[in-house]
Amino acid sequence: MAAVAHEAHGHHEDHGHHEENFVSKYIFSQDHKMIGKQFLMTAVFMGIVAMLLSILFRIQLAWPGESSDFVSFFLGETWAPGGVMKEDMYLGLVTIHGTIMVFFLLTGGLSGTFSNLLIPLQIGARDMASGFLNMLSYWFFFLSSILMLASLFVESGPAMAGWTIYPPLSALPQAVSGSGLGMTLWLFSMAIFIASSLIGSLNYIVTVLNLRTKGMAMTRLPLTIWAFFITAIIGVLSFPVLLSAAVLLIMDRMAGTSFYLSDIIVGGEMLTQHGGSPILFQHLFWFLGHPEVYIVLLPSLGLTSEIIATNSRKPIFGYRAMIGSILAIAFLSFIVWAHHMFVTGMNPFLGSVFVFTTLLIAIPSAVKVFNYLTTLWKGSIVYTPAMLFAIGLVSTFITGGVTGIILADAALDIAVHDTYFVVAHFHVVMGLSAVFGMFAGVYHWFPKMYGKMLNTRLGYVHFWITLIGAYGVFFPMHFVGIAGAPRRYYDYTVYNEFDVDSLNMMMDLNVIITVFAIIAALGQGVFLFNFFYSIFRGPKAPQNPWKSTTLEWTTPVEHIHGNWPGELPTVHRWPYDFSKPGEEEDFIPQTVPLRDGEEEH
Amino acid sequence: MITKLIILLVIVLGVLALAQMMRVYELSSKLSGKEEGEISNRDNRMNANFMLIFMIALFGGFIWLMLKYGWTGRGVAASIHGEEVDWLMNLNLIIVIAVFFLTNTLLFVFSFKYVKKPGVKALFYPHNNKLEMLWTVVPAVVLAVIIILGLRTWNQITDVAEEESIRVELFSKQFDWTARYAGADNTLGRFDYKLTTDNNELALLTANTLDSAIFQMENGPAGIHTLEAKLNDRNLIMVPEDRQKMEDDLSRKERLIRLLYQMRARHDGKNDASAWDDIIQKDTLYLCKGKEYEFNFRSKDVVHSAYFPHFRAQMNTVPGLTTRFKFVPNKTTVEMRDAKNDKNFNYVLMCNKICGGAHYKMKMMVVVLEEKDYKTWMKSKSNSTFKDSYFPKAVEAVETVDANVMADTLAVAI
Repeated sequence: MAAVAHEAHGHHEDHGHHEENFVSKYIFSQDHKMIGKQFLMTAVFMGIVAMLLSILFRIQLAWPGESSDFVSFFLGETWAPGGVMKEDMYLGLVTIHGTIMVFFLLTGGLSGTFSNLLIPLQIGARDMASGFLNMLSYWFFFLSSILMLASLFVESGPAMAGWTIYPPLSALPQAVSGSGLGMTLWLFSMAIFIASSLIGSLNYIVTVLNLRTKGMAMTRLPLTIWAFFITAIIGVLSFPVLLSAAVLLIMDRMAGTSFYLSDIIVGGEMLTQHGGSPILFQHLFWFLGHPEVYIVLLPSLGLTSEIIATNSRKPIFGYRAMIGSILAIAFLSFIVWAHHMFVTGMNPFLGSVFVFTTLLIAIPSAVKVFNYLTTLWKGSIVYTPAMLFAIGLVSTFITGGVTGIILADAALDIAVHDTYFVVAHFHVVMGLSAVFGMFAGVYHWFPKMYGKMLNTRLGYVHFWITLIGAYGVFFPMHFVGIAGAPRRYYDYTVYNEFDVDSLNMMMDLNVIITVFAIIAALGQGVFLFNFFYSIFRGPKAPQNPWKSTTLEWTTPVEHIHGNWPGELPTVHRWPYDFSKPGEEEDFIPQTVPLRDGEEEH
Repeated sequence: MITKLIILLVIVLGVLALAQMMRVYELSSKLSGKEEGEISNRDNRMNANFMLIFMIALFGGFIWLMLKYGWTGRGVAASIHGEEVDWLMNLNLIIVIAVFFLTNTLLFVFSFKYVKKPGVKALFYPHNNKLEMLWTVVPAVVLAVIIILGLRTWNQITDVAEEESIRVELFSKQFDWTARYAGADNTLGRFDYKLTTDNNELALLTANTLDSAIFQMENGPAGIHTLEAKLNDRNLIMVPEDRQKMEDDLSRKERLIRLLYQMRARHDGKNDASAWDDIIQKDTLYLCKGKEYEFNFRSKDVVHSAYFPHFRAQMNTVPGLTTRFKFVPNKTTVEMRDAKNDKNFNYVLMCNKICGGAHYKMKMMVVVLEEKDYKTWMKSKSNSTFKDSYFPKAVEAVETVDANVMADTLAVAI
């Protein structure tokens, strides 16, 4: 927060808004711009932690059983005696890496940052519908982050049942040490996180529906807002189901109920629970879990739409089709969850229904990709770092998306389910795409957030290292997966006993993957330096650095409470009037009235 | 310690140096009057070229990986449905890889070609219904084909097993597998987890095992009587937590014993024979080439997943629920070794659902034999049914026979 605090200059007492002290401005702020920055800072920190965890377990995978000073430095003698991590801790690292990345970085960080920052600014509102709830949403997020981090330092270890925390493993401390206090902290952290997400989402929905400025019809909203709006709706409908799953699990753990437990003997102890079903948990979990993919992805796609249009100096191709595909994806995302469960023993007929619905999602996704491509076609592309990341997103969205076709096909899923093929698939399509979208957003709206410019050259370095590192990590992983390597294995040298060829291949590729992972992680250092350096000492941002059309670039560079000093702007056109024939400039802001005889797109 | 300090020092100095370089860079760009937001033509050009170079590198890397590792490990399918799955997989991969190349090429080539050039304005092209229709309909048609073919295979794989298919139960627990063959009657005996005792690990249900489980629960070393005696012993001093634990244990066992008595009251012993002739097999699972197997999966503790990578078969094992999967192995271990040109290769059953610390070690070797060898092996097992192991008097004699026959079989087949 110190970084945010530095931006103390530039009070606007003369604009008639009340004087703020340090606490109300930087800590318990109700201003959406500050809350957005708080979300970003917390998410960046959580992201660094999760990335570090991944490097630790990648070292174990590439050089199993070898002593490492790096591992020993972070895990100590308890969890890495002699510099070799313990089996349990490996699972703990995998679990917390996944949880933080999915929920804290890509849900909290992405929606929290950009919905907060951009919704009021792009629809022409003075603030969120409820500033207080917005503040509450951040502080719940902060609290849940603290709990999640604290679980890493518990004596019995963090949660170790994978980020999907399938019971009975997650319900029984006898089964794995992390299912003790670590799992309790995980569950409470997530319960609070869900509350944060719900409060935030309700606020976004209400704001978009009610606080649009004059002339801002729904069909004149930038695609970012459409994406945030639909994301919030998905969140409101699906997160409560995860909460119920978590609450039932808490009951099974603490109150002796048997929602998920039946006929179990563990650690020599015969449990009395009977009649519960572990598969029930999986249904509840994935009822959130799959929409969650789109909660993560849609905001990134929204940000990218805006950035690609701006930097190609072209209107986004097929604006209405883009909205349509967001709606179609959102709808379908609720009826595909059981494709995660083809081999759980679920009724095969139910499986076939989910094959059908899942493959349907490829259609709106394809529409989005082709619309991006057509937007680039005959454009006049300006390579800001944001644009680079946006193009990176389109590439990873394609690469990760196509492998989904194989996983969605139940018959093929049998062979690759829970292998590295799945790991590669979702990291590329969800992880990389969402992270690229998030970076694109940070580079593009950094001037709006901090009133400063990020260094472009460092941005280039960051992008190319990240793109090369990312593909270098996840491309070989597909091959490890096709070979049948199960995920969440601590050590693949077990293959020595039955298939030496496969072992050699896996060990070769695991080393390559880890080396690229380390390169990519170091590349993020460039970003962090650029980010913090520019907050303090970056050159001052101009009013509209990217020559964009949307409303946020009409607000003063110095933040003021209420966003616009005078009246709220009036909107006269859609947000994508770039390079309109017969116009002097290659962009027309939304606030410019239509000329006589000019047609709206 | 010293090295750590030096590393720290280098990092700090590095960051400071970078910061100073940034200052110099900023001053110089200020002097030349360049704004940070403005991207020079040179930078645009450079990134556009990188886009093309990256595309070539990406495709090159992909092709290299395909040539070098494409089918390593996976090998040919060793089951009948597996061959079908592989055919479908290849078809899907061709479609997927084609789409991957096509769209990524368009993306990177457009990124390269349409970089900003002085004096060239972008084309105002907001929509085209025909085009949009095209890329809605074409993917829909391709997907329809994929869905139809996929579901056809899926339905075949998950169809009910034939009456005469061989029934085998795979029992999973942290961290190993146990197989149970249905024996001569090809019917798996019933089970109930409450009957688990040291000599009945799979908790099979017969009148004897019921009685024995009740006896154990009441009179065993940690049985109800012992617990009661300890809790009522005034001379015994216990930490409150231990006492609480013991009381919990007792109340749990009291609930279980009531259920066991109910079970015994209802038990008619009619199906006992189907349990007695079952054959329990650890370490290695023997299968016969060309025979259909229906596997019934059980779990003792947490969710595991029975993953046979070479047979393209997988099914989770779920506590409290029996799951099923059927397949026909169609290549013996020997044939597969020849095909892979690897004398030490073996089929394997792995655990593929996170189940605790030693998850990665939880596996069972699988051996597929020709029918002749399989029958020999089965014969060797005919005297080690559940009944034989439960009433151990006959065991000594059996083991010697077993060892001899097995040595023969192994010499022939493996």
